[in-house]
Amino acid sequence: MKKPFDLYADYQPESFEFNKANKKKVDMIIAKYPKGRQKSATMPLLDLAQRQIAEEGIKANPPVGGWIPRAAMDKIAEILDVPAVKVYEVASFYSMYNLAPVGKYLIQVCTTTPCWLCGSDEVVKTCKDHLGIGMNETTKDGKFSLMEVECLGACVNAPMVQINDDYYEDLTEKTMKEVLDLLSEDMKPNVGSQKGRKGSMAVSGPTTLDKEAKKAGVA
Amino acid sequence: MPKLTINGMEIEVEQGTSLIQAAEMLGVEIPRFCYHDKLSVPANCRMCLVEVEGGPPKPVASCAMACGEGMVVKTDSPMVQKARKGVMEMLLINHPLDCPICDQGGECDLQDQAVAYGMDRSRFHENKRAVKDKELGPLIETTMTRCINCTRCVRFSEEIAGTPTLGQFHRGEDAEIGTFIDKIVDTELSGNLIDICPVGALTSKPYAFKARSWELKKTESIDVHDAVGSNIRVDSRGNEVMRILPRLNEDVNEEWISDKTRFAYDGLKRARLDRPYIRDADSGKLKEVSWAEALGVIAAKLKTIKGEHIAALAGDLADVESMVALKDLLESLGSPNMDCRTDGAKFDPTNRAGYIFNSGIAGIEEADHIILVGTNPRTEATMINARIRKAWLERRVKITVIGPKAELTYPYEYAGATPQDLEKFVKAHAGKLKAEKPLMIVGAGAFQREDGEALHKVLCDSADKLGLIRDDWNGFNILHHAASRVGALDIGFLPQAGGKGFEDIIAGTKDGSTKALFLLNADEFDARSSIGWKTFVIYQGHHGDHAAARADVILPGAAYTEKTATYVNTEGRVQMTHQAIFPPGEAKEDWKIIRALSEALGKTLPYNTGAELRKHIQTTWKTFAETDVLNGEKWGTFGEKGKLSKDAFVSPVKQYYLTNPIARASKTMQECTGAFAANTSAPKIVEAAE
Repeated sequence: MKKPFDLYADYQPESFEFNKANKKKVDMIIAKYPKGRQKSATMPLLDLAQRQIAEEGIKANPPVGGWIPRAAMDKIAEILDVPAVKVYEVASFYSMYNLAPVGKYLIQVCTTTPCWLCGSDEVVKTCKDHLGIGMNETTKDGKFSLMEVECLGACVNAPMVQINDDYYEDLTEKTMKEVLDLLSEDMKPNVGSQKGRKGSMAVSGPTTLDKEAKKAGVA
Repeated sequence: MPKLTINGMEIEVEQGTSLIQAAEMLGVEIPRFCYHDKLSVPANCRMCLVEVEGGPPKPVASCAMACGEGMVVKTDSPMVQKARKGVMEMLLINHPLDCPICDQGGECDLQDQAVAYGMDRSRFHENKRAVKDKELGPLIETTMTRCINCTRCVRFSEEIAGTPTLGQFHRGEDAEIGTFIDKIVDTELSGNLIDICPVGALTSKPYAFKARSWELKKTESIDVHDAVGSNIRVDSRGNEVMRILPRLNEDVNEEWISDKTRFAYDGLKRARLDRPYIRDADSGKLKEVSWAEALGVIAAKLKTIKGEHIAALAGDLADVESMVALKDLLESLGSPNMDCRTDGAKFDPTNRAGYIFNSGIAGIEEADHIILVGTNPRTEATMINARIRKAWLERRVKITVIGPKAELTYPYEYAGATPQDLEKFVKAHAGKLKAEKPLMIVGAGAFQREDGEALHKVLCDSADKLGLIRDDWNGFNILHHAASRVGALDIGFLPQAGGKGFEDIIAGTKDGSTKALFLLNADEFDARSSIGWKTFVIYQGHHGDHAAARADVILPGAAYTEKTATYVNTEGRVQMTHQAIFPPGEAKEDWKIIRALSEALGKTLPYNTGAELRKHIQTTWKTFAETDVLNGEKWGTFGEKGKLSKDAFVSPVKQYYLTNPIARASKTMQECTGAFAANTSAPKIVEAAE
């Protein structure tokens, strides 16, 4: 699905600077790559810029989640001494980089086959109805954005959503609503399986390595 | 040196050769879209799949697979045929198949290969994707829905042009080529994007919906917009040039041409001189006359003037034939006053090695230190700039610039702007230059100064001191910016014994010592303000430009697409243009006009046909004996000792898109000037600080 973006929109800031703490991180990230290969730092720097915007965005009213303005891409190109177009290419390729403002909580619903078979349609519908928004839209209070994504690799606990950095798995209409309600109060729901599964073990408890599981305290 | 078998034929190739290259050597055709032998290899179109026996049990992309010892390659097995069909079907899924209204139709790689390797129908019943068209400036028309995402244009603009503005954005079905930020492609090589695009996504804007490729007459010719002498193909229909395309010549322009070469042709149809004119003595206005009348007026006038008061200037677009004829005519009239350096350049033309591009353009690829003196190759000779970039891209060759600080397409070390900075550089590096094959490129514009000849001497000495000259290497190069110049210097269209040069001739028009002045395509100086009012001015050329406005008699000549003529490029390479269309109206081939004039003057020149004239040229000057070859020139000394002024070097090209009468008459070139001037990173010339 095509990512929403508008490079000439009003919300695009004119300039972007990494803050003091992040400037140090920028140097650390670049130092990880051999000299002359600093281009490789494009992706971590884009992520850093997105996180910085998110940090600042929490304080704003309405709040904003992490996204990458054009000015930040240009800044990164300048820092890494690559043509700006190379940074745009990377930023537009990966679905993890948002090129337009999103809500404080970005809900990425997996609708790929395993999740779909296990009821992702219901999860999508719950989100839409409960928040009153459609795909790629943000609630008026700036709290939630909804996005459809491809497989996030948690098929064992399908259906699942990713909200900011956390996975919420084994969702039903009810649990999905609970998660959204808690988040709207800025409280932290339990991350992971909403059925109480540990990791990706079977629903009925461990079926193999049970002794080891007991030792680890998960059975 | 791996040995391999392709379709049962054995071949031994160099290490690192790809399968597609090896197949090409054998004459085995492998279809491709993304692979281009001058660009990097992304292997993303998958059209060049072949079967490698004993290799992986699947088709292999032959552009990205290096030849290995003992490989057995099949390019036409059932597996390959099936794979190609599949790829072709996938490529056509989102292609609109609007060939009947597509300008690429008839010369489209996708069309040809779909016929040759594809299926006869599609099994795709879903909706096709559509992509928004992009605005890439006044030269390139886009129909991005036709794009097959081969990324040739992205790689070209990054690698060859050195101005990475194009990219591939988004992913999967949404992947599209563009600039992302609505930036126009600001390179003087952008027209080549049209050639490398294998489909109709990028086509020529000025040529849009004008003609079909199969109805065009193709004439192989030479470009005259700069002194590179790019090899071109003139496509014409009826008596109209429809477009200009590059022709492969690895030694000159490879397979690229500059935008001026490609798009200035519409200037050939505007502001043309199509009949002789004389200035009416009473009204002072030009009036149309017949050839006989015009020649009669000239003959009557010249018979009253002594030979020493007659002078001639040959401009930037003059061909060798007409200059030879004019020179012979002046000699028969007893005039030693002639010059071809109408830009006011002063250098010593006695030694040929002192005014040509000795290393050859291809020599740039061997160089390991390039010193640019008083030149901005990006605007003066775009193709040479592209070569320098190629050398930088392949080997990160060191480049030093002394002269105007310009935005070139490669990084360089800046060493000042004045001749003194040059002397300082030479002093610091004399005998110590860490380079096997150092190369110096001096812009001919650097000699446009009072101390030009002294500078020439300094450069001659510097060449020796820096070790530019060896038995097997001559790295001293003069970069001219006018197509006619080297040819004119070769035939000695220069002040003869006791004759006057450009500045004296012009000064003579004011003090009365130049009573008649013959201008042959001489448009690059302001004739109206600089020529005295008493002088009788004859202008021969093809455009109503600066000089025609001042002329008393205008003789309409032929442009480079309308005559078979000889030009010598900056390397000293003799090349021929070929007549593609006829000159408009009553205009004639240039040498024929001079021959007719000589008859009217009663001094008939001794040649009746072009062949006779060329034979005369070939026997008189040995450099014209062979075309398209370079025979190294013997090194010698040149220039005159003198004091150098402290003025900074200046590039002679101020307006890249408007350097000659054809380009100035061209609408496309004027649009370019507007569009690219607005763009900040357009070719701009930063004048060096005084």
